Amino acid sequence: MTEFDWTQLLDYALMGMLLAVGIAIVRLRNLFAAVMLMGVYSLISAAWFVSLDAVDVAFTEAAVGAGISTVLMLAAMLLTAREAEPVKAIRHWAALIVVSVAGAALFYAVGDMPVYGDPNSPANSYVGMDYITSTPNEIAVPNVVTAVLASYRGFDTFGETVVIFAAGLGVMLLLGLNPGKKKGDEE
Amino acid sequence: MNPHLVLRVVSKLLIPLIVVFGLYVHFHGDYSPGGGFQAGVIVAAAVILYALIFGVDNAKRAVPTWFVKFLAAFGVLLYGGTGVATLLLGANFLDYDVLHPDLAHHSGQHIGIILVELGVLSTVFAVIMAIFYAFAGRAPDIPEGEW
Repeated sequence: MTEFDWTQLLDYALMGMLLAVGIAIVRLRNLFAAVMLMGVYSLISAAWFVSLDAVDVAFTEAAVGAGISTVLMLAAMLLTAREAEPVKAIRHWAALIVVSVAGAALFYAVGDMPVYGDPNSPANSYVGMDYITSTPNEIAVPNVVTAVLASYRGFDTFGETVVIFAAGLGVMLLLGLNPGKKKGDEE
Repeated sequence: MNPHLVLRVVSKLLIPLIVVFGLYVHFHGDYSPGGGFQAGVIVAAAVILYALIFGVDNAKRAVPTWFVKFLAAFGVLLYGGTGVATLLLGANFLDYDVLHPDLAHHSGQHIGIILVELGVLSTVFAVIMAIFYAFAGRAPDIPEGEW
């Protein structure tokens, strides 16, 4: 057993905050507060990802989850009511059962997970190690994430870009970019 | 007279900085966390902030809808075009080494990564702007009491 890793206390604190924010979102009926708390949830997740050394993921989470999603949810909320309708108690129980079963399955799977940072874990040992050892010689960019994303797995990222484009195309075709205006006076 | 004077002044100061930071995230993506996707989101956030403070109509004058449509397609074409360029230069699809003769410094890889990330940047930026325009244009303006 090596020295006690004090940073894991930070992880526990962040996860506790995530749990508290999650329960608060479930219990809130005011949609504005719920949207804001979902932004807070994303921001805490981003902080947690930084603590786990996944800086690129944290960056995306902070920008997309806490920034853009919150704005889009606010824009959607302006179209509907400010308060959620009360839900029948029986539906709470159904949701609780689903969450408990899924949570129990996840806890059951924890035993099979490799230890955090284990160099022999499947994610680190095969192709991941190859990327880390060959990036300095083949790509020569310091950020391995960028090398994998844009060069080794460039074809996948191309697919992702096309997916994003298709999503935007769907929104443009279904909703249009100038809603609220008549067809005649567009542009 | 717009009552949100503080918001207007602060956002006018912040928006250029946010855009510059987005471009930094893009062009420094090889060396630090970040890349085209995050940069696109950050630049879009700057425009959305502008739209929230100064109104969607003003934002549509700054970033017109035809430009959004153009950028969304341009990003995919730039990404795919980089791949086609490497094909025409005699290598595999998206094999950037042929883009520049300086193999010792892997300049081709750097050029290729920046080009495809630029494609990601413009598509992500344009699609987020498109979604925002499509939703924000439907909502009535925020009533004064709810600020």
